[in-house]
Amino acid sequence: MNATAETSVTATTAPPEDRIPFVEEIKNLLYASKGNPISTCIQCGTCSATCPVASGGFMDNSPRRIIAMIRSGFKEQVLKSNTFWYCASCYQCTVRCPRGIDIAELMYGLKRFTVWRTEHQEGLIGPTFSETFVKMIMRTGRSYEPVLATTYLFTYGLPEMILEAQTATSLMLKGRLPLLPARIKRLENFKRMIRHIIPIGDKE
Amino acid sequence: MKKYAYFPGCSLEKMAHSYHMSALETTRALGIELKELEDWNCCGATAYFHVDELLAFTLCARNLAMAEKEKLDLVAPCSGCYKNMFFTREHLKHDADLAEHINEALAEDNLHYAGTSSVRHLIEVFAHDVGFDAIKAKVTKPLKGLRVAPYYGCQILRPRKAKEDVEQPRFFEDLISAIGAEPVDYLLRLSCCSGALIITNRRAALSMVRNLLECAVRSKAAIIATACPLCQVNLECYQKQVNREFGTDLNVPVVYFTQLVGLALGIPPKRLGIGSELVAVMPAIREVLEAEPAVANT
Repeated sequence: MNATAETSVTATTAPPEDRIPFVEEIKNLLYASKGNPISTCIQCGTCSATCPVASGGFMDNSPRRIIAMIRSGFKEQVLKSNTFWYCASCYQCTVRCPRGIDIAELMYGLKRFTVWRTEHQEGLIGPTFSETFVKMIMRTGRSYEPVLATTYLFTYGLPEMILEAQTATSLMLKGRLPLLPARIKRLENFKRMIRHIIPIGDKE
Repeated sequence: MKKYAYFPGCSLEKMAHSYHMSALETTRALGIELKELEDWNCCGATAYFHVDELLAFTLCARNLAMAEKEKLDLVAPCSGCYKNMFFTREHLKHDADLAEHINEALAEDNLHYAGTSSVRHLIEVFAHDVGFDAIKAKVTKPLKGLRVAPYYGCQILRPRKAKEDVEQPRFFEDLISAIGAEPVDYLLRLSCCSGALIITNRRAALSMVRNLLECAVRSKAAIIATACPLCQVNLECYQKQVNREFGTDLNVPVVYFTQLVGLALGIPPKRLGIGSELVAVMPAIREVLEAEPAVANT
């Protein structure tokens, strides 16, 4: 199914000879997941068929194929794939997988893995968007749409940018866009709480 | 009067202010008190879980700990906030080390998480805690003849939360029936609205939105009802962009379930935030509202 959505994987690189095999690294990523390990996957393709993004032909590798690639050690190709950054976290694959694998959580795991290692495919909006979002919440405790717009607006072509600006203007006229960022009251406590989890510097 | 700690979430402050207004109006009319959680913070959306899970759990745990302090269950009207806080609670329940670690961080804000408050979605409060019969009894303006597409979306149902049917849920249809409207057979009612892809992968997102809207038109729905601000924004505010991108001529109003319930309870449209949409709602509901004179009291 869905062959058009998938580019063929040519084994340009032999399975890497890292100290920890890639499939083990992925297993470690999913230590908290209650799903079954991906070694139990039977490659039935229910995940790809049920995925609204893969079935629309937008992913370079379908979820089923990503699992096969992980198991075969195609680390580089997996990390450079757009698949997990195009996952909308709808969990349809997770609830329908006949082997009980938490595929959506695997996609989350791969996102984090590539963010930490900054090894994701170039030109994706997802990683920058997520990082900007996180920094924004660290500063104020609340989300503020206009800050987020800067992460993607300039990657758009002119026609899309104009459409986006028109939508924003209409929303503004209806009073649906915030003019000033909101922030929580006990912000100092909040920031100390965050530094407990991530020992970042005090300067912003 | 049942009381809950209300977690509006960032969207309801502005973008989905009509959801906030209609949630407060309808719950008041149904005898429920929503007490806004003081100094709540962002649930982390999906972005936090993309970057750091532990931090994401901590953000959610802060809100949960504050609800516990009030000795109230927490109610979220946004499906994303609901899912994040529901599963944070699940993880902390099963991972004592995680809970201990997070509690050390929460101590900085003089909070402690114990897991005593449960997490509910607003539509669940309507469907289960209030119940369809009680809602029906309070209806003064049944929305007779209004064909509504019940759009569940993803995160209310998925991942599985061990109580509802993830493939064949009925509560949204039953709620629409309870207010006298007609739930249509909406084939894509459980499909994804594209979530944050509307920003990160515009083309894929717009084509997903198009499918959902065209499916609603095919099922002859006059209006789509949602229970999530992101679903509402994607389906409604991006409709014009869908039309531009695909040369379609879609014009389907998208409202929150609380707005429809509010209309049926006889609350004036304006107090439910109706009028702030980019796709006008009034043409779809005017006939229904005028055709059915109010029963007894107004």
